Amino acid sequence: MAEIERPDPDALLARVAREQAKARRGRLKIFFGMAAGVGKTYAMLLAARERRAENLDVVVGLIETHGREETQALLEGLETLPIKQIDYRDTVLREFDLDAALKRRPSIILVDELAHTNAPGSRHPKRWQDIEELLDAGIDVYTALNVQHLESLSDDVGQIAGIRIWETVPDTVFEEADEVELVDLPPDELLLRLREGKVYLPQQAQEAIRNFFRKGNLIALRELALRQTAHRVDAQMLDYREDNAIREVWQVSERILVCIGPNAIAERLVRAGKRFAVGLRADWIVVYVETPELQRLPAERRDAVLRVLRIAEQLGAETATLSSPNMSEAILKFAGDRNVTKIMMGKPSRRGWRRFVLGSVVDTLIGEAHNINIYLLGSPQKTQDAEEVLPARRRDVLPGLLQRSKTRKKGYYLGYGWAVGVTLISAALARLMHGRFEQSNLAMIFLLGVALIASRFGRGPSILASILGVLVFDFFFVTPFHSLAVSDTQYLVTLSAMLIVAMLISNLTANVRYQAKVAAHRERRASVLYAMSKDLAAAESEAEIVSTAVRHIHAEFGSLNVILFPDANGRMRYPIERGMPESLAGADLSVAQWVFDHNEMAGQGTTTLPGAKAIYFPIDDGSMVLGVLVLEPVNLRRVFLPEQQKLLATFLRLIAQAVTRLRLAEQAKIVQLQVETEGLRNSLLSSISHDLRTPLATIVGSASILAEDDGSLKAEARTELSRAIYDEARRMSNLVGNILDMARLDAGMIKLRKEWYPLEEIIGTVLTRFGNRTDDRQVKVALPPGIPMIYADAVMIEQVLTNLLENALRYTPAGSPLEIAAEMSADGVEISLADRGPGIPAGLENRLFEKFYRLHDETAQSGVGLGLAICRAIVAVHGGSIRAENRAGGGAIFAFTLPLEQQPPSVAHEE
Amino acid sequence: MKNESGPEAYSKMTTLKPKIIVIEDDPPIRRFLRTALDTHGFEVFEAATGKQGVVEANSRKADLIILDLGLPDMNGVDVVKAVRAWSDMPIIVLSARSAEAHKIEALDAGADDYLTKPFGLGELLARLRVALRHAAIPPEQTEAGVFVTGTLHVDLINRRVYNGDQEIHLTPIQYRLLAVLVKHAGKILTHRQILKEVWGPNSIESPHYLRIYMSQLRHKLEADPAQPKYLLTESGVGYWLKV
Repeated sequence: MAEIERPDPDALLARVAREQAKARRGRLKIFFGMAAGVGKTYAMLLAARERRAENLDVVVGLIETHGREETQALLEGLETLPIKQIDYRDTVLREFDLDAALKRRPSIILVDELAHTNAPGSRHPKRWQDIEELLDAGIDVYTALNVQHLESLSDDVGQIAGIRIWETVPDTVFEEADEVELVDLPPDELLLRLREGKVYLPQQAQEAIRNFFRKGNLIALRELALRQTAHRVDAQMLDYREDNAIREVWQVSERILVCIGPNAIAERLVRAGKRFAVGLRADWIVVYVETPELQRLPAERRDAVLRVLRIAEQLGAETATLSSPNMSEAILKFAGDRNVTKIMMGKPSRRGWRRFVLGSVVDTLIGEAHNINIYLLGSPQKTQDAEEVLPARRRDVLPGLLQRSKTRKKGYYLGYGWAVGVTLISAALARLMHGRFEQSNLAMIFLLGVALIASRFGRGPSILASILGVLVFDFFFVTPFHSLAVSDTQYLVTLSAMLIVAMLISNLTANVRYQAKVAAHRERRASVLYAMSKDLAAAESEAEIVSTAVRHIHAEFGSLNVILFPDANGRMRYPIERGMPESLAGADLSVAQWVFDHNEMAGQGTTTLPGAKAIYFPIDDGSMVLGVLVLEPVNLRRVFLPEQQKLLATFLRLIAQAVTRLRLAEQAKIVQLQVETEGLRNSLLSSISHDLRTPLATIVGSASILAEDDGSLKAEARTELSRAIYDEARRMSNLVGNILDMARLDAGMIKLRKEWYPLEEIIGTVLTRFGNRTDDRQVKVALPPGIPMIYADAVMIEQVLTNLLENALRYTPAGSPLEIAAEMSADGVEISLADRGPGIPAGLENRLFEKFYRLHDETAQSGVGLGLAICRAIVAVHGGSIRAENRAGGGAIFAFTLPLEQQPPSVAHEE
Repeated sequence: MKNESGPEAYSKMTTLKPKIIVIEDDPPIRRFLRTALDTHGFEVFEAATGKQGVVEANSRKADLIILDLGLPDMNGVDVVKAVRAWSDMPIIVLSARSAEAHKIEALDAGADDYLTKPFGLGELLARLRVALRHAAIPPEQTEAGVFVTGTLHVDLINRRVYNGDQEIHLTPIQYRLLAVLVKHAGKILTHRQILKEVWGPNSIESPHYLRIYMSQLRHKLEADPAQPKYLLTESGVGYWLKV
């Protein structure tokens, strides 16, 4: 037996492994340690070598050996990707080459230092994002991480070691890692290694890091690392129990609501909330309630809140911004809606009597939330001013968002001016009334002023007006006059009541004003959405959807923008249509491609390619990405404020829905066309088989007689048979021609060769073609002067006229007159053929143009009944219409209109 | 009208049977053409491919080629070009219905006339007769430079046009257009060819010029411009002057 060539089993295995890798998301393995020098890289390389020995395709993406020999030795025999060199401000930065790795596509890749920050201008600012992309591409990744770089722990570590950690990795990356291997080393041994110089320390930070490597610190860090790992194991255990239907573990799922404000404690609250949530395995939501006062905060502080919300998102929280004048009410309502079981917030900032008099959100919540536990987080010892939190830390989360916006200071001061003015006017009025009216009525004048100011300028100016009003009233109208002293104690009651009433009025009015503003804002938003959805619903093509959307987005966000769709190969391309003034030119197609492929936003203000000028949003309908919206923000706030984000998300959803609707409609149309084509094919087959067989019978019969003639046929008989063959063949030829024409028209295969023609020429050609067949008829051609040239495919229009004339000759009595006429109509040029025949039976005017319709079924002489159907199809592709009707005085008129799409050309007159 | 005059008139001049090369890949059509042409006094040579046809035309010193456009080995238009590289012999093209683009291409490449399948014997013989006569006496050499068809007289030397006894006044462009049609009388000229000759090579993309002037010319020369007798339209292809 001949030896069959067998495939190398190793090669087969490797191929299977590669294919599987493509099909799934890659697995992430993290080598986790408490500090630098515990041997993470070493452990990682050992593991890689083992995989290599198992014949897996292992590649080193980037490893920092820091010149350690043992580590270096392990690298030998492993394929290493070249390092990308990036020139940055006179130095060359060595970076991991993501594209090379994606291109190389190994089964496992080693990329050290998960928390690394990439050089500016890289695709992602952070290495963990590079790794996410590798995993998405189905590549397994081995990487290393120190405990202090975990986002939620960075604060604690910072406190333990007294340093600030800049490079952090979101906890979700750690939590979602498929495997975490703890690389542990007792602190004493680590310190020994440090003394022996086996731990690499960057030159410039020697001192700081030496402080870090103190035994106390190391023990604390080790505890953190062990605890974190234990936590994961615990979570895995729970997962296992859940998967195996051990139900009792979680009867009630906890949901934690973390309430933050625009203060220093916000970020700590979020981190604490995260740990709390992880500890309880609970969902957690971070909310910010924006009250009218908070809305008046300077833009920087609002941005700071926004930044904290983004951090919360990165830590895996759901976030929400509520807007209400009453903070505790909003929180309670939200908590009720979302079945929150625990609320976490900062300790009340109001202390002592202010807390007692003005109340605090915490107290209200404790009083009213009956089924909810409330947890308070204390402020750090030295109370930091909110402004202090702002600078420096983690600006990179939302670069550019801290841009200062122009505040409307002018209007602000104007209100206070008016407050003073109105108080003075009130005083003047009161002065006039003084002596004639009761004192209490004078007080009313001032209260009126306060109400006016409050309704026009809001809280601050109205409070000023209240205080000024009370002082002025006291000064001028309360004895002793022209002094702030009060002689009669009853006036003390008047004055304080007046102050309280004034304050209440200003508060209430300001709230009403705020509510009105919110309502107006909501209404405007609703009308914007309504307008856009209405326009989108009316759009009949993708180009229309795009132009509608681009216009609305520009109106709402003030940004130039463009919507890109992929071509048939899934490559993003610029639209063919000419742009509008609102269109953005110069979107980066490669960024758009990335966004389209990954269904994630990118560009300015995001964590992917933040260096790009525009922001790129995927437009997806829930199941697939349809296109990409590219928007060049005038101001990042206008796009990234939570309410704006929500609006934009709604816009994107509307666009996606409109596009999906259109595509579905197109599909339905195609399906319907297929069904119709199927029906046509059936009737065509039955009709053709009859109409082709009849002449064929004559041809075959006659030809067989001629072929088998032994000379006995008479000459006349011979001629007669030949004539029959000739006539029937002609008839078949016409029939086949018609069927082919109809098929081509139906299939949309006809490409019109439209040019400008004088109608006279077209009619002339047709009449010439008929030659002497019309000799016995009086054919009148009535073309009024001034009929413009028509823009049409002459051959096809001649076909229409020919078919109409054929029919007229066939169905009207010999010798009866015919009239071809043309005239201008509202729809263009109308061309008609009128006869004096029997006319059209009532009710059949439209059926005549159907395929295979014949006036008299039994007439053997007629064709398949395609003539008029062809006419209708031809006129339709020209954008016109055709009709048949009976003529006054007997006979029928067949008329078709051709639209005048454009101005006919003219030539310079010669004579 | 009598079409079956065949080569009689022609053979008076040559006394030889005119040689015709039929380049056609379909055997039944070749057989039909051979039978028809044989019985009407032509000598027929058949070729089933374009290459063979070009060789035959050259070696047989043929008088005319009947060429099918759909050949297995090469595009019919290329056959026309290949023949035109060395000979002015008339070429009549056979094509399927509704393939104006191909017809125009072949005519532009130098074919003289075309026939649409299916066609009758009468039609074929008429075209053959016109093409052979053209080849024998180029129209420019009409006696005394006067062209006559029906009541139409065109004096090419004095640039005058008469319809019956009446002199027709034409503008320079109208005259040039008529002169081009006269020069190729009986032969179909494509829009492109006429535009090039009358207006120059830069105007070939503006066929409406031609149509407007053609219409003007018909109004001056034809009794009923909507049913012309002389200035005929070849639908979708071009114009020709009937002889």
